[in-house]
Amino acid sequence: MKDQHLVTIEVNGREHELLLDARRTLADTLREDLGLTGTHLGCEHGICGACTVLLDDQPVRSCLVFGVQADGHQVRTVESLADGDQLSDLQQAFSDHHGLQCGFCTPGFLMLAEAYLETEPEGGPQEVREVLSANLCRCTGYQGIVEAVTVVAADRREKAAVTQRAGDA
Amino acid sequence: MKPAPFEYYRAYAPAEVVELLTGLGDEAKVLAGGQSLVPMMNFRLAHPAALVDINAIAELDYVRREGDSLRIGALTRHRTLELSRAPEVQDGFSLLPRAARWIGHYPIRSRGTVGGSIAHADPAAEWCLLARLYDADVVVLGGQGTRVVPSADWFTGFLSTVAATNDVVTEVRFNRPRAFGALTEYARRRGDFAIAAAAVAFDVVDGRCRDVSIVLGAVAGEPLRVTEAEALVEGAEPAAPTWAAAARIAAAAIRPNADTYGGERYRRHLVDTLIQRAFAEAFASDASVSAASGIR
Repeated sequence: MKDQHLVTIEVNGREHELLLDARRTLADTLREDLGLTGTHLGCEHGICGACTVLLDDQPVRSCLVFGVQADGHQVRTVESLADGDQLSDLQQAFSDHHGLQCGFCTPGFLMLAEAYLETEPEGGPQEVREVLSANLCRCTGYQGIVEAVTVVAADRREKAAVTQRAGDA
Repeated sequence: MKPAPFEYYRAYAPAEVVELLTGLGDEAKVLAGGQSLVPMMNFRLAHPAALVDINAIAELDYVRREGDSLRIGALTRHRTLELSRAPEVQDGFSLLPRAARWIGHYPIRSRGTVGGSIAHADPAAEWCLLARLYDADVVVLGGQGTRVVPSADWFTGFLSTVAATNDVVTEVRFNRPRAFGALTEYARRRGDFAIAAAAVAFDVVDGRCRDVSIVLGAVAGEPLRVTEAEALVEGAEPAAPTWAAAARIAAAAIRPNADTYGGERYRRHLVDTLIQRAFAEAFASDASVSAASGIR
């Protein structure tokens, strides 16, 4: 028995029309149907966070959402971060602070951190750690990841303040 | 780690959910946030023949105050409550945003729903504890229309409720607002299911504790009110010796289950500690109120 649905999903600003099995997870939709293999699958039951993507700007485990549920919604994956060969500030910070290690968990951490940073947080060390506790890194290299996110939070706040001052002047 | 095949239906109104469920029969399930159901499906612990997705029913996503009752739509995400600083929540239910932070992790909280948690009825779930703590009513739409089930009658054991297979939870009404409240848990890792959890709520009138509720999680098949301990705190001074005595009585009154994560004695010990912590945190949680009523 196959229960198939025709859906329209906007992924990284581009609309896709897809015919999906009901049981197809959003993670598999992205990887298998759209070839966006930047989204990784670790545990497939919501523990590891490697498959974290943004669904209407909210971070979700894409292994716990079905592709058909994204019909009419917007999805952002790790592929949306860089501009061509130009890394985003967050990606560059992961590299600068040795937050990458083997790289398997990186896409999930990047999208989790991107969602958090877009809420314009204070970015205190305790809060950053609490947010990042959502995902697992089996290289156990959390320190570099925490540093990268903390630095970007401070940089973006600084930039927002400068823009604000320029706007006021 | 992929779910078994199922038929997918999307509902746009609560009545449509009941209609679909009635037609589909026993093997259909409601899909809300999916943060418990989908892992169970991926593990093949659950294999519903059909899912009725309620995520498009925007009218079930709300937080409203009506007198002493805080009404939360079933599709309201945990994150909405976590971030709420609205006066209708803060006045008497300020624990709800603080307690929501204990639920899983950020991406779980941005997807999971209040109604889904109540329907899933995990005895470690924060919303299930809070429902018992605030004498909540569960509003259910079924084949015979809407009915209001007191949370005391809602839970019937591990992951079990009185809900019929064609019922859908539409709202959870938290009642009995109190000035003081706290929920605390113990787990091996941040965001894990609690090995034990404790929640307390009370008022302080003329330097005495009033209207006391104590609820424990993850120590039985359903969230557990500990009336013996509540009676001890009722009318007592809000101070550490009171908390300690209540905690001791609660730990002795329960018959905690034993599993991989802890034996009976260990869980009693956790309950003793967690109740004391919850009372201390609750009493410290609303300094403005305690200062105003001159009890410190």
